[in-house]
Amino acid sequence: MMLEWLHKLGLPPVASVHGVAVDVAQAGVHWLMLVLFVGWMGYFIFVLFRFRRSRNPQANYQGVKSHFSTYVEVAVVVAEAVLLLGFSIPMWRQRVEAFPSASQATVIRIVAEQFAWNIHYPGPDGIFGRTDPKLIDLTSNPLGLDRNDPNAMDDITNVNQLHLPVNKPVIIHLSSKDVIHSFGIPQMRIKQDAIPGMSVPIWFTPSVTSEEMKKKTNDDKFQYQIACAQLCGLGHYRMAGYVTIESQEAFDTWLDEQGAKAQTSGDDAFWL
Amino acid sequence: MSSGHHEHSEQQEHHAEPGFWQKYVFSTDHKVIGLQYGFTALCFLFFGFLLMLLMRWQLAFPGQALPVIGKFFSDSSMPGGIMLPEFYNSLGAMHGTIMVFLGVVPLAVGAFGNYVMPLQIGAVDMAFPKINMASYWAFFVGGVVMLVSFFVPGGAANSGWTSYPPLAELATTGQTLWLLGMVFLITSSLLGSVNFIVTIIQLRVKGLSFMRLPFFVWAQFVTAFLLLLAFPPLEAAGVLQLMDRLAGSSFFLPSGLVVSGQLMHNSGGGTPILWQHLFWFLAHPEVYVLILPALGIVAEIIANNTRKPLWGYKSMVYSLIFLGFMSFIVWAHHMFMTGMGTVINAFFQTTTMIISVPSVIVLSCLFLSLWGGSIRFNTPMLFALAFLPMFGIGGLTGLPLGLTTTDLHLHDTYYVIGHFHYVVAPGTIFALFAGIYYWFPKATGRKMNEVLGKLHFIGSFIFINGVFMPMFIQGLAGVSRRLFDGGASYYHAGPVLKLNVMMSVSAWCLALAQLPFIINFFYSMFAGEKVTSDNPWQSTTLEWATPTPPPHGNFTFTPEVVRGPYEYSVPGESSDFLPQYQPVKG
Repeated sequence: MMLEWLHKLGLPPVASVHGVAVDVAQAGVHWLMLVLFVGWMGYFIFVLFRFRRSRNPQANYQGVKSHFSTYVEVAVVVAEAVLLLGFSIPMWRQRVEAFPSASQATVIRIVAEQFAWNIHYPGPDGIFGRTDPKLIDLTSNPLGLDRNDPNAMDDITNVNQLHLPVNKPVIIHLSSKDVIHSFGIPQMRIKQDAIPGMSVPIWFTPSVTSEEMKKKTNDDKFQYQIACAQLCGLGHYRMAGYVTIESQEAFDTWLDEQGAKAQTSGDDAFWL
Repeated sequence: MSSGHHEHSEQQEHHAEPGFWQKYVFSTDHKVIGLQYGFTALCFLFFGFLLMLLMRWQLAFPGQALPVIGKFFSDSSMPGGIMLPEFYNSLGAMHGTIMVFLGVVPLAVGAFGNYVMPLQIGAVDMAFPKINMASYWAFFVGGVVMLVSFFVPGGAANSGWTSYPPLAELATTGQTLWLLGMVFLITSSLLGSVNFIVTIIQLRVKGLSFMRLPFFVWAQFVTAFLLLLAFPPLEAAGVLQLMDRLAGSSFFLPSGLVVSGQLMHNSGGGTPILWQHLFWFLAHPEVYVLILPALGIVAEIIANNTRKPLWGYKSMVYSLIFLGFMSFIVWAHHMFMTGMGTVINAFFQTTTMIISVPSVIVLSCLFLSLWGGSIRFNTPMLFALAFLPMFGIGGLTGLPLGLTTTDLHLHDTYYVIGHFHYVVAPGTIFALFAGIYYWFPKATGRKMNEVLGKLHFIGSFIFINGVFMPMFIQGLAGVSRRLFDGGASYYHAGPVLKLNVMMSVSAWCLALAQLPFIINFFYSMFAGEKVTSDNPWQSTTLEWATPTPPPHGNFTFTPEVVRGPYEYSVPGESSDFLPQYQPVKG
């Protein structure tokens, strides 16, 4: 029920496997908050009415004698402990330790820059080619990919267009070229800062394709987006990436097309 | 009495009548310094608020020219009245900086702490009056530097009040001035905190044991320790960032940075995360610097206006100390999304949940103190009462942010903005208003007008919720913070985008709701109803034992404390309050 209320308020529909558990925790915490707030407010309003000066001209030196508040505090501690130990810590462990094996997953690199998301697929060989900051060229080679490296021959790069197959785990190695950005897809309940000098892996499993989501939300314009969540300069507000979740077949077809384009154009400027 | 007393009496003998400059400008009197802090901080608070009003125009009507006022801005900030994103970012960074470091802290600690605390402990002045003066002037210079930064090429700092590198290190000259300004502000706070600690330990009047201290003094005491221990790392970090910007070092810059397609030739080897640790090691305790004095003010006013002792005074004091301690080991919950392993993450989640316990205890005690009271609904009490549920909302909405699972969705969204504004704006700032209405008669000898006061309260209460409540909804929808167009670039923001107009209109109405306060403040100062007693609220604490307003040296007699701070409605007594300094009968 709480989850329905949160969705009504604005919580976007969930579209990843672990996201369901995130939402359960979200609902749980909000229940705790609501119960405490309503309880306190009921008491508060009653007291303001009951103990106003005109009704109660003589204050009582002792005040409250019951131990009810102690029980409330103990209950709060117990509820917090359950949320913490039952949900939050195990879930975090799952997010940062229980990575799927690379062979079972779609593995990509994403390198953020002011104000775009560079997306790097390893290509059919499954190995990322060498990159070097010295090779970076803003228009022709934003990732600094060394095309002379044999592993880089079949690599596919792209700006702001992230395609992923549905129901297959995705591992993203996230980094940044310049300042700190933050990679988030609200429907996937995923977020991670992209920090220069560090490569941080994240993983999730998309469970609803873009087309299915269009039907579910009854909106043809539905669009998954990468939202930058960390202030990264004057273009922070428009640093949106576009995410397409599709069937494995559609994804493979798309990837082949991208590979062919990269071969024919000779550099990585095909997307311009 | 300690040496501070002697030193002061000597000074008084030698300089019986200080001249104008010494009396009102370069004064060493804690009350004058308190008022200087108060006026300056109120001006900055208002200025910081104006910055936000400008931002709210852009958020409600992105890309549209601001009518009338827009013409007064330069082409580098609002050409044709249309705001540039650089300027928006400057406004955001400076709103945060000014509200926290130049508004709320100086008002809560510099003004109320300086004015009220020495009176409440029966001291003639602070332990180090000249250091006190230096503290104010360092603050003043810091404020001037921050203001000047608006006029340098590129405008004021625009990398958020958190100034994360590398963004802050690539930013325009305004950032250098921000860092210099911060060095002055931090120095000011450090000077102040040492003074507060020594004063509270050394200058308490006879009989005023620690467990007889008014809760406000306890709050200032713990706050001073937080400032003393948390600020130095940021001062160091600020200097390191200055070195990075000016001297070519790379404390916070990794190797191989490529900015706008150009490889940067910095020496590298640094890490931006180091700055975040140093920054939040200050900035989390800083949250409690903002909130503890507010709790102190609210506790004083609630005890006074319920006419009964605070419920659970001792639990409140112990919770306060525990809060202060815990506030040093929760900082990395601001960094949950930087890529943490399970152990570190579990540690900071756990400490964050633990720190909610003493907060709940203090808040519960304040709520329970109302039970059995004889509640007077005057203006200070209305603000103090409103503080309780508002701070409650702020605290409760901290829970889903403190648990990493739920924070995954909410981190760096408007939910965060709603959360901390509930703590600081309708929380702390309401408490500060309560304090102004409450202690105004002591400082001026005149009461503030009740009708205008209540008008101010009702307007503020309604509209401040109109500003901040919708932020939780936008946050749930996943709208990131610090977006120049308020989220218009994003599909998921679509359904909640219209709330921006409502929030902005509320913000502008909130500004109008401050007019009764401003009028009341100046009117009452010169023409308000004169108080007929030195203790108009019939309070128990020592500040009301002084003449009104208190002269240089404060007390006309040497008070001795014989009982606890809140002996209201003691059974068998004819009066409903027994001041701490009133001798025991018989």
